[in-house]
Amino acid sequence: MCFTQNFWNFLVSGLADGFLYALVAIGYTLVYGVLQLINFAHSEVFMSGGFASLFILQAAIGSSQPHGIASVGFVALGVVGGGIGGALVAYLLERVAYRPLRRRNAPRLAFLISAIGASYFLYNLAGKEFGRNALEIPSPFVNGPVFTIFGATVQTYYIVIAIAAMAMLVLVDRVVAMTKLGKGIRAVAQDAETASLMGVNIDRVIAQTFVLGGLLGGAAGFLFGLNAGVVYTMGFTPALKAFTAAVLGGIGNIRGAMLGGLLLGIAENLPVGCVGTQWRDVVAFGILVVVLIFRPRGILGEQLGRAA
Amino acid sequence: MTGPEGTVGDALSGVHGSLLHPRVFGFIGFGLALWLAVSGRRRYAARVRALSDRVTSLPRRLLPDARVRAGVYLAVLGFAIAYPLALNSYWQEVLVDQIGVYVLLALGLNVVVGFAGLLDLGYIAFYAIGAYSVAYWSGSLPVHPPFHLDPFYAIPLAIVAAMLAGVLLGTPTLRLRGDYLAIVTLGFGEIIQIAATNMQGITGGAPGVVGIPHFKFELFGVHYAWGLSNLPYYYLLLGFVVLVLFAFRSLEHSRVGRAWVAIREDEVAAESAGINVLKYKVMAFAIGASTSGFAGVLEGSKISYIEPADFTVQLSILILVLVIFGGMGSLPGAVVGAAVLQWLPQYLRVHPLLGFQQQDLYLYLGALLIVMMIFRPEGILPSRRREREIGLAEHGIGRADAVGGTSGPIA
Repeated sequence: MCFTQNFWNFLVSGLADGFLYALVAIGYTLVYGVLQLINFAHSEVFMSGGFASLFILQAAIGSSQPHGIASVGFVALGVVGGGIGGALVAYLLERVAYRPLRRRNAPRLAFLISAIGASYFLYNLAGKEFGRNALEIPSPFVNGPVFTIFGATVQTYYIVIAIAAMAMLVLVDRVVAMTKLGKGIRAVAQDAETASLMGVNIDRVIAQTFVLGGLLGGAAGFLFGLNAGVVYTMGFTPALKAFTAAVLGGIGNIRGAMLGGLLLGIAENLPVGCVGTQWRDVVAFGILVVVLIFRPRGILGEQLGRAA
Repeated sequence: MTGPEGTVGDALSGVHGSLLHPRVFGFIGFGLALWLAVSGRRRYAARVRALSDRVTSLPRRLLPDARVRAGVYLAVLGFAIAYPLALNSYWQEVLVDQIGVYVLLALGLNVVVGFAGLLDLGYIAFYAIGAYSVAYWSGSLPVHPPFHLDPFYAIPLAIVAAMLAGVLLGTPTLRLRGDYLAIVTLGFGEIIQIAATNMQGITGGAPGVVGIPHFKFELFGVHYAWGLSNLPYYYLLLGFVVLVLFAFRSLEHSRVGRAWVAIREDEVAAESAGINVLKYKVMAFAIGASTSGFAGVLEGSKISYIEPADFTVQLSILILVLVIFGGMGSLPGAVVGAAVLQWLPQYLRVHPLLGFQQQDLYLYLGALLIVMMIFRPEGILPSRRREREIGLAEHGIGRADAVGGTSGPIA
């Protein structure tokens, strides 16, 4: 009974969460593809995107309330600004926390620890500089019900997320499949040594991979912050879930990350009617543990990287 | 509505007040200096490492003789016994709550991360399990035990509970690749904290549990009760730390310790040499968990108050930093690392000139982790074997940890 009640409402909010998880999950999956490493600091890329878009929109919108075509422009500005903020942090991360260790051929534990250090450094720096309270992004549009589907109200916010996320997901899928950059990423993921013998500049491809993941992660930080506000600790839980989504779909596999994100968003929201919102995170982590134990290669399988 | 302290007239005041603060430029300058030192000029990194090597290998060069070393250890022990008597009660409290307990926690995590090479990011969950077990057996929780026990007698039960949790979590998850293990343990730590916050009928919920009694025991006519003062807890803790040091030292040089070395150096080779990899990994996990559980019992009973907010993921990371700073796999390293890093913030906090804020602690610890990984991944007092492993791994021989993934060099 509790499951079917409000089913459509939870499905709609689950899909919205799922799109955000998918965007962040691609950042994990791309980096995992080329380095076979979990980028523990990706949560801070997400947070940086939120703060970057906050500052840009504060300056651009001020205290006015945009309507119509201006709203579309400001959303685009927020997505681009958040994306650039995230990409910048992701690039710095690669230079400071990863590249020196890569040069030295350090053990894998060192990479994980260095990324954890970068994550703690960045989010506490944000807390120190921008304050420890949640800040509200000035709304670029008037939020309200647009239409109902099986009794579930669909808000403007959900439509904005769905359109922006779908556009970015299609774009990144095409970039990896069709461009020279995508070819480089796939070559490094399949066999880094051979790729370098064929003239692929591995350092540059890895940096570009971080930037690409950072663009999506930062934009997701903006879309998340529109509703939940921006705060220095905002990255931790969504990023952990996005990682779950990446594993669920098959890490290293871009379409897997998209599918995993959507599935996880829905799967963690549907039982909320039965167990209450406070257990939502436990459901998500429970899914992670179960997937890792029974199907560690995920639904679509590991693809981009060498099957490890 | 334009920023943290902004006004409509000056839309960018939030940016001026925060983004353009002089401190920001300080951090950026620090980052650039670090970048120059590591990415532009490899020989700077080599020089810094050589210099730090020369300083920290002093004890090893000065103390080649085992008897001299034993004498030094005895002198350190004597100092650890006598020195707290001269401290005021504030520093005595720091010594127990901030240093002693964390030395014990670092020693336990050192077995998992240092000896077996497994990255456990949910270590504090076992501490929570120890603390909640002692609350349960002493009847302080909303659910009541079949019979009440004084906290002192609940110690073994709490240790067993933490160890069981370690085995239950470890048996399925330790089959996974090492980087997945890190994420699963992180999730486990979160689940324990969320569960403790939300299961009000069992754990008392977010407000926590009050009135956990202090230790006391009556055995063979000897009666002793721990009270509010810090020193008795300190000596109990010291005794336990010494015990654990001896136990872990003999473990390290036993068959088990050699199995751990084999696993972290090359898991596949260890497996094919007939080592039951899963068994030894679970064993490391359970030993770490039970040490953490004991620390939870002691701290729960001493402060007699626990709440879910005490058991954050941040604490797991803090303990990891202590172990890495001291030197993974090195027992003296874990003790010294924990003591120094836990004492320093307390000292800086009361220091009038530096303006150190406790809430910024993790900012500096995060930076410390990155710098350590670049310049000195083996820690300040490295174990000799670990140091050599890391050096070999950098030349493509062995892996120096059980984190897994492909065994080849990274890109």
